[in-house]
Amino acid sequence: MTETIIQVEGIKKHFRLNKEQTVKSVDDISISIRKGETFGLVGESGSGKSTLGKTIVGLQDPTAGKILYNGKDVSSLTKQEKKDANREIQIIFQDPQASLNPRMRVGDIVAEGIDAHGLAKGKRREERVYQLLERVGLRPEHAKRYPHEFSGGQRQRIGIARALAVEPSFIVADEPISALDVSIQAQVVNLLEDLKKQEDLTYLFIAHDLGMVKHISDRIGVMYLGRMMELADSDALFADPLHPYTQALLTAIPVADPQAKRRERIVINGDPPSPVDPPSGCRFRTRCPFAMDICAEVTPKWTEVKQNHWASCHLYQQ
Amino acid sequence: MDHLLEVNHLEVNFKTYGGEVKAVRDVSFHVDKGEIMAIVGESGSGKSVTVQTIMGLIPMPPGKINNGEALLHGQDLLKLTKKRMQKVKGSKLSMVFQDPMTSLNPTMKVGKQIEESITTHQRIGKTEVKKRAMEMIRLVGISNPEERYNQYPHEFSGGMRQRIMIAIALACRPELLIADEPTTALDVTIQAQVLDLMKDLKEKMNTSIILITHDLGVVAETAERVAVMYAGVIVESGTVEEIFSNPRHPYTWGLLESIPDVNSEKKERLIPIEGSPPDLFSPPKGCPFAPRCKYAMDVCVEAMPPGFEAEEGHQAKCWLNDPRTPDVEDLIAAGREEY
Repeated sequence: MTETIIQVEGIKKHFRLNKEQTVKSVDDISISIRKGETFGLVGESGSGKSTLGKTIVGLQDPTAGKILYNGKDVSSLTKQEKKDANREIQIIFQDPQASLNPRMRVGDIVAEGIDAHGLAKGKRREERVYQLLERVGLRPEHAKRYPHEFSGGQRQRIGIARALAVEPSFIVADEPISALDVSIQAQVVNLLEDLKKQEDLTYLFIAHDLGMVKHISDRIGVMYLGRMMELADSDALFADPLHPYTQALLTAIPVADPQAKRRERIVINGDPPSPVDPPSGCRFRTRCPFAMDICAEVTPKWTEVKQNHWASCHLYQQ
Repeated sequence: MDHLLEVNHLEVNFKTYGGEVKAVRDVSFHVDKGEIMAIVGESGSGKSVTVQTIMGLIPMPPGKINNGEALLHGQDLLKLTKKRMQKVKGSKLSMVFQDPMTSLNPTMKVGKQIEESITTHQRIGKTEVKKRAMEMIRLVGISNPEERYNQYPHEFSGGMRQRIMIAIALACRPELLIADEPTTALDVTIQAQVLDLMKDLKEKMNTSIILITHDLGVVAETAERVAVMYAGVIVESGTVEEIFSNPRHPYTWGLLESIPDVNSEKKERLIPIEGSPPDLFSPPKGCPFAPRCKYAMDVCVEAMPPGFEAEEGHQAKCWLNDPRTPDVEDLIAAGREEY
């Protein structure tokens, strides 16, 4: 059994809108991420995947539940331990335009973490920045420039260099390629894969592009309206999706091959319901072609249907 | 057969403080009756500017049409006065935009917005208009139109709003619908619904569609013909089957290679196109893709390749297709194999 780096136990993150209404963005999710793997998290907008990622990094406090980092509850760490954890867990954001301070030089953006954690000073800090820029495929002289002088793909490289600067062991990549052009996406994905090998990293890779998620991930979790619907090895998930939502999601991906034999598309009608007032029982039941009476009454249990292949659906419960 | 729309040698520039941007360069294509033609390209490739020019939506200045014509039934749209263009837009030409939230009026009932698009162009009675609006709402797959008619855009989800946009665009039964990234802002399951709807409406109403997208998957599943744009130039065009099975331009190879294959079992390393697109303030003298092209020759930097006909209706602007290029078939075969 491989070591677990991040364990999420019954995490909930609710946002209160007003006296009566709460958005249950993440509702009772438990996953464990193994050391050295890439865990893919997919789901449509509003499914809570980014909220889960931000909660794991510690940018938001969970409403309920625990996050264990290397077996220790992050909420009960000492100050020094907390600082170390903050250094080791990093995040890369979706929009490289919005996540880089336009008034800071690239070198200072990359070195911000180094300064905050006091990892290097003066000449050594400078050398470290140059080294990092080269690692992500930029040039040392870029340190003197400002973010607006770079293209989208290059800016994302700067964001990656910033995350790497503090020698993390776990990185949450929150839709790192969604804002990039197709030909640039492959460059960034390759870079992330290379860095993972060289630096012994573990990734939580959040995206809505299922093709890329399959390519990069070892295991994939599928979220819908704040709940985990299915979790499996990435090949198993694509070859044998169990949950009707996963099935619909997979058949909806347009395939770039006109001769490809279409999988029979499982059409789901309608739109996702509002997370303010999610359906009772199974959250997917309002759009599910196989919905039964029980789906409205009982929330399906999280069950290991096949080995290492989990789903929460009444179709697979005795 | 005469084409419904024929665009010839279109050239559009923009004047900016930094100089003149050559956004669209010598673009020619056509659309036939009842077909879906896709224009695919990355951001800044000029695909949106091309169709917005045809629709007369580019402000001049800073925009400037240097050359070219856009013939709809033989009538040049680029030379029409504003008033006449307005007439054409109602009856023959219509457009759907990427972001349905910013293109709908938030203070107006959606039913009224559909009616507006009809009454602006046609003189018909109140009850008749309302009937037509209801019919459109039903046609784009929205249930209980009576109730929906009286709702405001914020009461609709993203996918529903895009359906309303399509209803507005099709209310006057245009012959040509231009859809500029209609599904980019939508989730995959909703995207599948909207694409199915567009295909379905094309069959029912025999509308021709120009579909602008950056997603080759969407092209393969929806369109019949496709033009690939890069740095303001159509580098390759042909039927979808031809472009995907027998691509003749290295940029098309690169695009096809750089997307992971969902159906493959093994994990192969992705093959990206290295580098980034050229600066359109001073586009290169030769082929715009040459600086990123693995197969670039001396001639590529020096001269813009003409369109070489590979097959009937399949053109590629790449010197590799020149019969004088040695070993061209080997290279092209290799490029095909790599994909």
